[in-house]
Amino acid sequence: MKDTKVIELEEVAIRFSGDSGDGMQLTGTLFSDATALLGNDISTFPDYPSEIRAPQGTVGGVSGFQVQFGHKQINTPGDNAHVLIAMNPAAIKANARFMSPGGTIIYDSDSFTEKNLRKANFATDDPFAELNMLDYTKIAVPISSLTQEGLKEFGLDNKSVLRSKNMFALGLVCWMFNRPLEYIEEFIQNKFKKKPVVVDSNIKVLRDGYNYGMNMQHMTPSYLVHPAEIENGTYRNINGNQATAWGLLAAAEKSGLQLFLGSYPITPATDILSALSQRKDLGVKTFQAEDEIAGIASAIGAAFTGSLAVTTTSGPGLALKSEAIGLAVMAELPLVIVNVQRGGPSTGLPTKTEQSDLMQALYGRNGESPVVVLAASTPSDCFYYAYMASKIALERMVPVLLLTDGFLGNGSEPWKIPSMAELPSITPRIAKDAEVFQAYRRDEETLAREWAYPGMKGFEHRIGGLEKNVSGTVSHDPENHQVNSEIRENKVQRVADMIPELEICGDDDGGEVLVVGWGGTYGHLISSVRQLRMEGKDVSLVQFNYIKPLPKNTAEIFSKFKKIIVCELNLGQFAAYLRDQLPQFTYHQANKVKGLPFTVSELKESINKLLED
Amino acid sequence: MTELNYTIKDFKSDNEVRWCAGCGDFAILNAVQRTMAEMGIPKEQFAVISGIGCSSRFPYYMNTFGFHTIHGRAAAIASGVKAANPELSVWVMSGDGDSMAIGGNHFIHVIRRNIDLNMIVFNNRIYGLTKGQYSPTSDRGFVSKTSPFGTVEDPFVPGQLVIGARGSFFARSIDGNLKLSQSVLKEAEKHKGTSVVEVLQNCVIFNNGIHSEITDPNHRADRQLILEHGKPMLFGAENEKGLIFDKGKLRVVVIGENGVTLDDILVHDAMEEDPTLHLALINMKLPDFPVAFGVIRAVPAPVYDVEMEAQINEIQKTRKITCVDDLLKSGNTWEVTGNVNGSGSSKKCL
Repeated sequence: MKDTKVIELEEVAIRFSGDSGDGMQLTGTLFSDATALLGNDISTFPDYPSEIRAPQGTVGGVSGFQVQFGHKQINTPGDNAHVLIAMNPAAIKANARFMSPGGTIIYDSDSFTEKNLRKANFATDDPFAELNMLDYTKIAVPISSLTQEGLKEFGLDNKSVLRSKNMFALGLVCWMFNRPLEYIEEFIQNKFKKKPVVVDSNIKVLRDGYNYGMNMQHMTPSYLVHPAEIENGTYRNINGNQATAWGLLAAAEKSGLQLFLGSYPITPATDILSALSQRKDLGVKTFQAEDEIAGIASAIGAAFTGSLAVTTTSGPGLALKSEAIGLAVMAELPLVIVNVQRGGPSTGLPTKTEQSDLMQALYGRNGESPVVVLAASTPSDCFYYAYMASKIALERMVPVLLLTDGFLGNGSEPWKIPSMAELPSITPRIAKDAEVFQAYRRDEETLAREWAYPGMKGFEHRIGGLEKNVSGTVSHDPENHQVNSEIRENKVQRVADMIPELEICGDDDGGEVLVVGWGGTYGHLISSVRQLRMEGKDVSLVQFNYIKPLPKNTAEIFSKFKKIIVCELNLGQFAAYLRDQLPQFTYHQANKVKGLPFTVSELKESINKLLED
Repeated sequence: MTELNYTIKDFKSDNEVRWCAGCGDFAILNAVQRTMAEMGIPKEQFAVISGIGCSSRFPYYMNTFGFHTIHGRAAAIASGVKAANPELSVWVMSGDGDSMAIGGNHFIHVIRRNIDLNMIVFNNRIYGLTKGQYSPTSDRGFVSKTSPFGTVEDPFVPGQLVIGARGSFFARSIDGNLKLSQSVLKEAEKHKGTSVVEVLQNCVIFNNGIHSEITDPNHRADRQLILEHGKPMLFGAENEKGLIFDKGKLRVVVIGENGVTLDDILVHDAMEEDPTLHLALINMKLPDFPVAFGVIRAVPAPVYDVEMEAQINEIQKTRKITCVDDLLKSGNTWEVTGNVNGSGSSKKCL
């Protein structure tokens, strides 16, 4: 037997790709989880169409899942895949542009029929030549027929048989990357507990795929990626939406309040609603409302009643909630609004990522209607920023809008599990003295009013959307409106006292170029800056998580650099905001609106260009 | 429970009531305050929620917890209030426009869910606060500032929507009849589930007299049927008229004529689950029929906020995860040890 060709790698990106019904998301997730369990750092990127089942075999129906893992820190799912698993010709077509030059393509040769080639709009029978991919390692595996062969004793119909072909591909990839199958088999056993035949058939196919790799080792290389050197501790894999849900749970427990979520399903935010609706064990109340407006309205009702109240949505839903956010601003109720951003405007690109709701978050309401705006920057830190959003809302009696995005929400990474004890305290401003209570009496320092809710004897009072005086009586007095408008703005600005200062990743003393990012672009930006610094370039990064108010030392940091480039997945919304807030600086821009994350290479190109100018 | 000796004064706030002189809302405010004082519910347990419109100023005049919200959303906000704290007595004050035009979606869904709210719909069949446009309960052909040549659309009948949304409680009253209003409000509060009370209300400025055919003191005995559960459906000055069900339809009869006796008259059963007869009563209109008042429908049905808590309690009995620390450690986790000083990289920086 020939020796297996073993290639040691620092990091590798794999893309699983097939029809949206082929189970690629599950395949990718299982592989990622198994990989994380081995101690590799990982970053994942599900990339799927908005139709549940677009026409089979077409490029529009291709669903992909990319994972990058390595033995050092991994901040992005990788610009390009080193290995592509393609279940049909359309997957090749859709993913050619995401491949590293000279990469490996494993494809189901059974699916390369004339019919499927035409469906994928290939003119000839040689898709690789057509796509000019001749110097790639191409491994043809008859996945469909091997799956059928392996299951012929099971007495299953052909449709059910072919449904498990993704397990063959998964087994094969596990062999290639030296991933043991235990975790995956355990998962299958749990998931299909009640259907033993499904368990058996899937595990059989999974092992067939693994064994196929072992037996065909003359043609499939095997890769070795050592575990990463990461901080000691207990880890788990987590995606951004789950982390957001759990951060809210942590805040509820810390503050001693009931968690109430009013929400309406919308891609890509729905998973937060699902995750919290599972947590009846922790007493969460989830209300799936009749529409987006009722989602936030019910949350405002719960906030009025003394709960930690949350609503979750994505861009179009945020638009529908605008008027109600204004009510929460006016009533000065604690409310957390999570917007998992997606491509817009209108329905836009529902399953794709973008950062184009920043202006909507900051300004998208009638009247002077300030809210606190936060943005998470990695899948796992969604936990922390959801927690902080709750803390700020409860301690400052103000609506807080947390921006995440589809890339963070669906992407996952290993996360060192925190303990509740190490999270900062949360002290809701619950009124204590009925004698002195007035609806809009404020703390002098923070300008926050007190919270008194139904059931608290002696605190009966009225609030509402009309402008009020201190006691809560409706007031149309011009002076009062001016004063209150300024107070509401200042109350938000004073949140700067409780948030951390901005930190420079790079040279604390400043230098040539400062790369500025916010929210979910962190992974790509830090990877770009890190690589440029290793190339000797004078580049540093600041990533904003606190958008409104800005951290207090923002201007001080900006002033240390000769050039500033603001990189964001929109046409320049944060840059415009910075020009408004800190007009003394010049802001260069790198923008992308393709529904996709940045790539490290395109960022490096933009930054290099600025360095050379 | 200690005796709560409230009077109407305990429920009046210091805010000056600013409805137009002669507005029907005054009478409804009075009825609500009197009813609340007599309910035996601690004052701090009341939450009065409103949307936008003349009637939605209501919370400001109540010395209870109150929330004057945004147009059409009172039912949705109140849903959150009650779901978050089922101990409260939650009242929604809304008009025909607020509840059935801009807030129509919330109106039907709160009823469908059967959240335990008391919704008072002030039906004056006009937009008063915006000074006189037709509303979703204005009759076809109604002339208003925005329908100078008459509307070309049919109105909603609030009770029909309630039945259509599988409502468990519907009552009708009229602003001027304090005794009737108080009695239906009490029943509404007692009922577990969404209790919709339509109050025919007069807008003295923009739609004065819209209900006067019904309320006219000279004719009201013949034009109003006050329903009581378990009592025959009788009306008329001498209670000489009644309703029978004949060939699938309601029919007005006179006792003593054509051999009709008291025994032939329908007896009102508000608790009948089948809504057929309730709907027929809701649909009755002048001149062929009297208009039905009182509690038309009050059937027991599962209550959303109660079920929500029950489900949580049930699951918590056997829960494995009792706190967030448990949750964080649940499922697949792994230990990383042996890296010197936990050397590796923190995610945060270079």
